Amino acid sequence: MPVDLYLRTGPFIVHVETACAEVVDGISLLYDPSCVLNRPAFCDYHVAVVQPLWRRWFRPQALFLFDGYAPYLPGPKRHALPMLEWGMNWVIATTAHQFLIIHAAVVERHGLALLLPAPPGSGKSTLCAGLAFRGWRLLSDELALLVPQTGRVVPLARPISLKNESIDVISRFASEAVMGPRTEGSIKGTIALLRPPRASALGWDVPAMPRWIVFPQYEAGAALRMTQRSKAGTLVELGNNAMNYNIHGAVGFDALANLIDCCEVGDFVYSDLSAAVEFFTAIADGALRGDSMLTLASAGP
Amino acid sequence: MILHALLRDPRRIVDLSMEDWDAAIPQARVSGLLSRLGALAVAQSGYAALPDRPRRHMEAARLVAAKHRRDVQFELDRIRDLLSSTLGTLVLLKGAAYVAADLPPAEGRVFNDIDILVREEQLEAVESILHLAGWRMGSIDPYDDRYYRRWMHQIPPMTHGGRQTTIDVHHSLIPRTARIGTVTAAQLMQHAREIPARPGFATLSPEDMVLHSATHLFNEGEFGRGLRDLGDIDLLLRHFHDHPDFWTRLLDRAQELRLTRPLFYALSQITRIMGTPLPTKAFDAVRHFAPTAPTLLVMDWALARALNPPHKSCREPFSGLALWFLYVRAHYLRMPVHLLVPHLIRKAFMRD
Repeated sequence: MPVDLYLRTGPFIVHVETACAEVVDGISLLYDPSCVLNRPAFCDYHVAVVQPLWRRWFRPQALFLFDGYAPYLPGPKRHALPMLEWGMNWVIATTAHQFLIIHAAVVERHGLALLLPAPPGSGKSTLCAGLAFRGWRLLSDELALLVPQTGRVVPLARPISLKNESIDVISRFASEAVMGPRTEGSIKGTIALLRPPRASALGWDVPAMPRWIVFPQYEAGAALRMTQRSKAGTLVELGNNAMNYNIHGAVGFDALANLIDCCEVGDFVYSDLSAAVEFFTAIADGALRGDSMLTLASAGP
Repeated sequence: MILHALLRDPRRIVDLSMEDWDAAIPQARVSGLLSRLGALAVAQSGYAALPDRPRRHMEAARLVAAKHRRDVQFELDRIRDLLSSTLGTLVLLKGAAYVAADLPPAEGRVFNDIDILVREEQLEAVESILHLAGWRMGSIDPYDDRYYRRWMHQIPPMTHGGRQTTIDVHHSLIPRTARIGTVTAAQLMQHAREIPARPGFATLSPEDMVLHSATHLFNEGEFGRGLRDLGDIDLLLRHFHDHPDFWTRLLDRAQELRLTRPLFYALSQITRIMGTPLPTKAFDAVRHFAPTAPTLLVMDWALARALNPPHKSCREPFSGLALWFLYVRAHYLRMPVHLLVPHLIRKAFMRD
């Protein structure tokens, strides 16, 4: 029998209907109990993960539905949980245009937000998870929800999707981290979902002011380094990374330009996660004294 | 059906409970009517007092609709620059016409295609100009290509390689092979109206716009966006309602073009669902356009299902059968049986 779950994820309430045990168990493992609500009067989105009848026993499949329609082809049933997470991100990215949505991880310390926009494979999620387990608050692992009118980022703290090697890196880095089962053979390789720390889940309605925009790049064996980036180039890059930039027109351009105006921007290369996390924590603590990121970077770690 | 009720009487929007919104937003979203619902809501005096959560969804949808309007206006200028020396004034159909002429259905309408009408003898020239400017038909199989060109009222849709916009070039309103006989571009262009605020463009006459929209909806057999298309007709009728002679001309023209049946279905469904006001003489006259009683019974049964929002909360018993029936009916209207049967067999077995 299908189960109805009502998840609060940042500003949205999502109704998830499913009979997949993988999904039900995954949600109870990966979501803070405070995010699972009693049935509310209004849900922002109604989604479902169903098992097509003709593929329930032979190589069982799961299918993601939004309002009863499938945006993707079905996948193997063991991918049901990551499929739900991707599906919810897809639903938000294609409909929540009250925000300018940038493909970036966001973490916060001292009320200041660090945006990490980067393509997959750059070590963005690893860095974001590392920071979240060392005193930073996770706002999002995938989608930065920028409010064009206020310039703030609204949290959307959901399980962090770790890929391949970074699964072990984070298990070693934060022994308290709770992870879902490893899903092998997805388009992105092996995936494990990581439960956000409690403080991040509880801060679901506290927005943060962006202060830094950093493009991370993991490079095995590389020395940690931060270099200055052109603000104009960053505007173009972020425009390309924004899912709904074109929909917002001039408002979107102004919002991005304001964002970049009030942020320091840089390119960051790292190989050692602990050193990278300490480096950013020092930057955030330094910001309280009025130090800039790039002065700290040139002083060296 | 909460969405039907709101389209019929938008004043009810301000009285909805959160439970009502929980049903209305998904119904509107899957019907392609979320931005239209937003436009109706904004027009109500209580809009500012609506609860934030549902309102945000309508506002987001309206942003998308506004972007589509910007894009269409931009694309229209590109197309005019390409085609005006060959065609003169460009006659627009459907969504593009509503946007260019700023007619009520343009508000909150989301669409991707631009439809233009050209004379059959101009087809070849138009196609090659568009082709040279980067519009392509994509990978269409030779059978489908031939199907369009020999039998349909338009050439295969062309998509611009860079901007991904699609243009449908029509030379008629209904297929060449249609049972009721075709309607040529020349017949429609005679009555086309230039758009004063948009030099170089024209729309069909008001009555032809309504007839086209009705024919498209009731004879094409695709009801995925049926409720939205019916909403377009509702808005057109309300807009032209008070123009002198509009109703007389609409009824005469329907007879002249042999499109009385789709007009009948449009008017009967629209009054049932949206409560569109009709003058008495139109109401009386259109009853003469009705089919025989048994046909009417079946059609009313099928249309009542097809014009529900395509959402599971609105599904009635045999909805699937009703849609299948309308699909088969549309094919029957589109071409004679000796062409139709081989076509459907091919479509059933040659799927890619």
